[in-house]
Amino acid sequence: MRTWYSTDQEAIDSAFGAFFGAESPIETVRAAEPTGFDPELWASLAAMGGAGMALPEPRGGGADLTDLAVVARQLGRHLAPVPLIEHSVACRLLAAAAAGSARVRQGEAAPVTESRTGPDLAESVSAAESGPGPDLAESVSAAESASGPDLEALLAELAAGDRIATLTLRPVTSGQARLTPAGAVAGAVAGFDGADLVLDLSEPPGSAVPNTADLPLADRDLTGATAVASGPAAARLWAAARAEWQALMAAACAGLAARSLEIGVAYVMERRQFGVPVGSFQAVQHGLAEAAVRAEGGRLLAHRAAWALGAGRPDGNRLAAMALVFCAEAARFAADRALQYHGGYGYSAEYDVQLYYRRAAGWPLQMGEPAALVAELADRDLGPRGEPAAGTEADRGERAAG
Amino acid sequence: MDFSLPPEAEDFRRQVRDFLAANLTEEMIEATRDGTIHSPSLHRAMADRGWLSGAVPAELGGGGLDPVELCVLIEELQLHRAPIDALGVAIVTVSMVLEHGGDHLREAVVPRLLSGEALACFGYSEPESGSDVAAARTRAVRDGDEWVIDGSKMWTTMAHVADYVVLLTRTDPDVGKHEGLTFFVVPLDLPGIEIRPVATMGTERSNATFYDGVRLGDEWRLGDVGGGWRVMKTALKYERGIAGGQFPSPPVVEAAVDWARRTSDGAGRRLIDRDDVRDRLVRAMIDVEVARSFAYHTAALASDGVMFGVEGSMTKLFASEAYKKHCSWFLDLMGAEGLRTAADPGAHMGGRIEENFRHAPVTAIYGGTSEINRNIVAESHLGLPRAR
Ligand SMILES: Cc1cc2nc3c(=O)[nH]c(=O)nc-3n(C[C@H](O)[C@H](O)[C@H](O)COP(=O)(O)OP(=O)(O)OC[C@H]3O[C@@H](n4cnc5c(N)ncnc54)[C@H](O)[C@@H]3O)c2cc1C
Repeated sequence: MRTWYSTDQEAIDSAFGAFFGAESPIETVRAAEPTGFDPELWASLAAMGGAGMALPEPRGGGADLTDLAVVARQLGRHLAPVPLIEHSVACRLLAAAAAGSARVRQGEAAPVTESRTGPDLAESVSAAESGPGPDLAESVSAAESASGPDLEALLAELAAGDRIATLTLRPVTSGQARLTPAGAVAGAVAGFDGADLVLDLSEPPGSAVPNTADLPLADRDLTGATAVASGPAAARLWAAARAEWQALMAAACAGLAARSLEIGVAYVMERRQFGVPVGSFQAVQHGLAEAAVRAEGGRLLAHRAAWALGAGRPDGNRLAAMALVFCAEAARFAADRALQYHGGYGYSAEYDVQLYYRRAAGWPLQMGEPAALVAELADRDLGPRGEPAAGTEADRGERAAG
Repeated sequence: MDFSLPPEAEDFRRQVRDFLAANLTEEMIEATRDGTIHSPSLHRAMADRGWLSGAVPAELGGGGLDPVELCVLIEELQLHRAPIDALGVAIVTVSMVLEHGGDHLREAVVPRLLSGEALACFGYSEPESGSDVAAARTRAVRDGDEWVIDGSKMWTTMAHVADYVVLLTRTDPDVGKHEGLTFFVVPLDLPGIEIRPVATMGTERSNATFYDGVRLGDEWRLGDVGGGWRVMKTALKYERGIAGGQFPSPPVVEAAVDWARRTSDGAGRRLIDRDDVRDRLVRAMIDVEVARSFAYHTAALASDGVMFGVEGSMTKLFASEAYKKHCSWFLDLMGAEGLRTAADPGAHMGGRIEENFRHAPVTAIYGGTSEINRNIVAESHLGLPRAR
């Protein structure tokens, strides 16, 4: 049992801490605000192997989920304007899909993707005014149904960082993926439409929907997407990818929370009122201390979730969702305390704490309403609503109170 | 990183579960209703297993139980609602003696505590000093080879069943408050000691203890004269975190889930099907996982030979505040039915939630209040100055 970083992870932590510290100072974060993306930062990250690190070792990567959580935490600390979490999770997802279809070709497993899901997609395509006509969609589907998209070539591009991958996180409805994380810059968007894992390789818009957290969000039209997996295999891959994003985002939120508190502490030690640093007031200290405890508890849970997912533990998905719910609140609370104890300056655009405050809210919300995540956890742990969980049949009707 | 418990710890958990199945009875749990959260036979059975001596840090001459295993032991005991007030006190007292005590205490006291034959209790708090524990006024004055003790202690929990009190005294009132303190292990059957019960709103009884010209030899001194604060630090270090009872919530969550499954609201809906109820149950489960992460982290650090400090404060602070919140939520969840106490045969799950609701506040008070722990986090984790 080792609840702290390995020697390798300490090296990863300090390498990425130094990298983001040098390449993603707060001026860079601010300059990237219109799109939430800094291409130069992405290029340097790719140059140091960061783009492909989440891929399996033979594909040029080798970082496991606990390593990625270490990196995500540093990304969170620095508010680095690069969609590294989405890209990493999508890389893992597409590599798994590629491995699945390779097994199919070798006749080892049930097909990851049957033929294309023509009808549904074609329907939605014809329904979409701006999309290509049904004929075109059908011809694309016909062309690709033989082999599917060339995942091998794609993975090489992703490893080099020449193309950014992401996942929609929320289900795709009628071919539309509203507010796709990293959708402004990702040239490979993976999504799940309820039946298939689909992949869209169209050009990203390059501009983001203006948003609270300066994220590279974009509404993406996935009507031209092709299926890379379907059936239970697709659902499994998708569930795993969502959980991985949750765990890594939780780690990023924990990092964001910790850094907010450092900024808060530095400010309250410098700012004097009534002749003393405001940081010597106990009300201020206790607010920061409470936030620190939650940030630290969240950090531990996020790392534990990443470990559980990587180790294939049965409670991995559960812990990942729990970590995200908890860390999202911990980050918001920490940023809130730090902002509050800046007084009016915290509310000014000039001070950095507001950058943290907005991102603490925006980052985890990309997943959607937190209540939905809580509801999923409830279904898992308490049984679906309205259906008594196994073993409680005898208790039904045994009403105790009115 | 690797959060898996070592196989030995998983093995040990099975042993503890088997042990509890064989040794812990409903009657033992019931018996704690008199306020003494202690079962002599369970305590001795644990001692017989070597778990008391095992839990004493190996570097002090104990050992056999890794800190992670001790954490598992406490988790299982709390999960099964076993009365364990004496366990933590025994482990901490023996650790204090082994770290600071002389031959007499090592020979006369340690074996008796470890065999479960004798019990200890803590005499730190006084009527006028609690959080400011270094302000203790109970006097110990040297008289030839002996010491004479006068004063009073408040909240000497377990004193009425214990054999020894670990007593914090002032031996020099003329130096700084941290310098003039000295510890003694005082046999509670000495003349001049009076023990009066203190009733609480919760499940436990405590005591006020009075010391009137109590005479004892220097061999009962624990640590240096004037070195009491160092000994105190050892005690707090072992108490917060390892033997601190970091898992109070799971039995309450279990009772709440059970209630929500069995009960319909006025509109004929099972409570467990309602969004608000599901939300609170899940949030409590999340807190339980955070508390567990803290507890295992602290234990893993100790297991690796790192003596934790602020981690213990964080663990205790988070677990107790979450527990208070959960009890309050779940009392509400039960509505008027939640008011039935264990004395009522119709109380759900033996009145567990009601009982825990009355118990919970003390966990944020004893062993260092939440405010004191926030001070510690502010100072040692965030580097803020001593608060004004
Ligand atoms: C049931 C029970 C069992 C106990 N068992 C034992 C035992 O076995 N042995 C033993 O020695 N003691 C025992 N205690 C005592 C316990 O440790 C003290 O109650 C605790 O340390 C708080 O001290 P106090 O009650 O004097 O409160 P006070 O110290 O008077 O505190 C009052 C309030 O002021 C706050 N406060 C105090 N100082 C600060 C500060 N610096 N900053 C911010 N807020 C502050 C506190 O947090 C609290 O909210 C027990 C207490 C209870 C209730």
